[in-house]
Amino acid sequence: MSEAFIELRGVRKAYNEGLPNQFWAVDGVDLTLERGRVTLLTGPSGSGKTTLLTLLGCLARPTEGRVRVAGQDVSSLPERFLTEQRRHNFGFVFQQFNLIRGLSVLDNVMLPAFPLAPPHGELRSRALQLLGELGLEHRSDARVEWLSGGEAQRAAIARALINDPPVVIADEPTANLDTHLSKAFLAIVERLKDEGRTVILSSHDALVAEATIVDRIVSLRDGKVVG
Amino acid sequence: MRHWIARQRYLIDYTVAALARRMAKNAGLVAVYTALVFVVASVLLYSHALKREAGFLLQGAPEVVLQKLTAGRHDLVPADYVEKLQGIRGVRSVQGRLWGYYFDPLAAANFTVMVPPDRVIPAGSIVIGEGIARTRGAAEGDVMAMRGSDGALILLRIAEILPRDANIVTADLLLVGEADFRALFGITPGLYTDVVLSVAQPREVRTIAEKVLLRLPDTRPVLREEILRTYEAVFDWREGIVLMLLVGAGLAFVILAWEKASGLSADEQREIGVLKAVGWETGDVLTMKLWEGALVSGFAFLAGFSLAYWHVFTFSAPLFAPVLKGWSVLYPDFRLTPAVDGLQLASLFLFTVVPYVAATLVPVWRAAVTDPDRVMR
Amino acid sequence: MRVRQFRFSDMALGLISLALVAFILALLSAAGASAEHWTANRQIVSTLGLTDLCIVTEARYTRHLSQADGHAAFQDHPMALEHFPSGAILSPPPHLRTHAPLDR
Repeated sequence: MSEAFIELRGVRKAYNEGLPNQFWAVDGVDLTLERGRVTLLTGPSGSGKTTLLTLLGCLARPTEGRVRVAGQDVSSLPERFLTEQRRHNFGFVFQQFNLIRGLSVLDNVMLPAFPLAPPHGELRSRALQLLGELGLEHRSDARVEWLSGGEAQRAAIARALINDPPVVIADEPTANLDTHLSKAFLAIVERLKDEGRTVILSSHDALVAEATIVDRIVSLRDGKVVG
Repeated sequence: MRHWIARQRYLIDYTVAALARRMAKNAGLVAVYTALVFVVASVLLYSHALKREAGFLLQGAPEVVLQKLTAGRHDLVPADYVEKLQGIRGVRSVQGRLWGYYFDPLAAANFTVMVPPDRVIPAGSIVIGEGIARTRGAAEGDVMAMRGSDGALILLRIAEILPRDANIVTADLLLVGEADFRALFGITPGLYTDVVLSVAQPREVRTIAEKVLLRLPDTRPVLREEILRTYEAVFDWREGIVLMLLVGAGLAFVILAWEKASGLSADEQREIGVLKAVGWETGDVLTMKLWEGALVSGFAFLAGFSLAYWHVFTFSAPLFAPVLKGWSVLYPDFRLTPAVDGLQLASLFLFTVVPYVAATLVPVWRAAVTDPDRVMR
Repeated sequence: MRVRQFRFSDMALGLISLALVAFILALLSAAGASAEHWTANRQIVSTLGLTDLCIVTEARYTRHLSQADGHAAFQDHPMALEHFPSGAILSPPPHLRTHAPLDR
């Protein structure tokens, strides 16, 4: 039985506040996302998809409005508690992957757990296990800049999963991948869904929109939900 | 507590991994910083130990040394001065000293030749310091030839070589009997190099010196307290080469820290944003950067100081030898007694660690407190 | 038997511990330094009536620092600006720089 997991009420986000070039990236969004579902955000570029994702994933706070995660209001939390939310509930896969260059894949994957300081041996095996599930174990000692596009994405996914978050958010995941790798990605999403995680994607790739695993599509335009 | 330690270890893992990405550059940075601390610490340790040693040893120096000046130059003191001084109240004893410099063409070295006040050296014998023995390759029983002021050669047998441990005060000394001294330098009896006074009341020494000046206006008294103060001021950090060194070290440090302090590159900012996005708090990011600054400067301080200590006290500061030796040939080989000034050590620590940590930490501050999405844009 | 994984923090903390040990050894060595030959040397100073340490044997006014007067450096030549390396680091004694009645 699915229930309301993430709720947005009247959320607005402005950039360059107070300056003449201020603009509202998200302009009044009411949204309720259910646990265990795969939701897709679509819309043209500039419609506020990425911004909305950052608001959903507790990477930023809204200028106006309320964000609730599992019933708890996170929009006005001080930075410390927001980070805790982020750490425990969300795994983010960025469009540019944003892996730390110069470090190995394994180090990158373990990174989000560092401040939590689990026993080193356990963290390492957990990271290797995740990489194994994603078919990357043989590359665990490679530097991330040596990875191919598909490998880098899987490394980013492994990193997003290290703290075992219930929600995984991916921003334009198939933008830099060919069809074969895009389908492989969707297979991973299916596995995540089977594990009971909530997945939120943003994409304007038709392949993703037409995928059967997508439970709900939310269309955005000019920072507002239109469908 | 254990959790705290585990967390610090993870943060150190990251900070060292980040530094290791540019291994050569960062290893070079640490090495240069250590070398900088090494040089400054060597100078501080050397000068402090020397001052301390001088302060102790020279307490045995004469209470008043009286020189005679003629036309601004040091002149010999006639014997009647000695009588005049004995008449001054408060003066316990007056003794004429005979000493001077001898340039030995064979070794091209300067010796300090002296008639010792405490013993009589038989004619034809000398007692030499270990520095002379080493420079001339001489041993006890050897004969040294010295050229007198009249050009004639005087042969003197080495009766004794003073101990090596006494080098700091006797390395270039050549002790000789009075008759031989006068013959060597052509100084007629009745003349002395200078006069040494001892006073009954040590606290009266200034007053007595002033009385001396009244009675003998062409003399110049040097008091023991002035001798001691001379050595307190030697290698003072406000003077000459030490000041140049400190200024140079300061400049070197600024260059070292400039790159860190001049702000983060776009890449570095993004990395901080990424760390925050994956769940690192501001405090975690700042602590991680703090470790970077602390490990680099802490290592430079500890290693630099330790190396300086062994350099100065175990090896007698060979790096300073060329400067101290200058053009001379006879370089006194002495071991300073180890001493560490707590205040100097604390200052060195503060100056080594605090500015560097600040230079590493402050530029990161802004990026560390910003919401991650803004940083990654 | 599981091999303990090498971590960067191990290396960093190891290096700094080494440096710390060297540092502590140096301090202990300084604290425990005996000054036996100090007393012997002070005795020599007082029996021989010495006025200066033998640090430098380059010039008269650097060998006998305390005995030099304002003219010593120029005794060789009136225009003898500093040409001894050691004269550059050993400055004139402080009692030459005050203007007390005893200063000459």
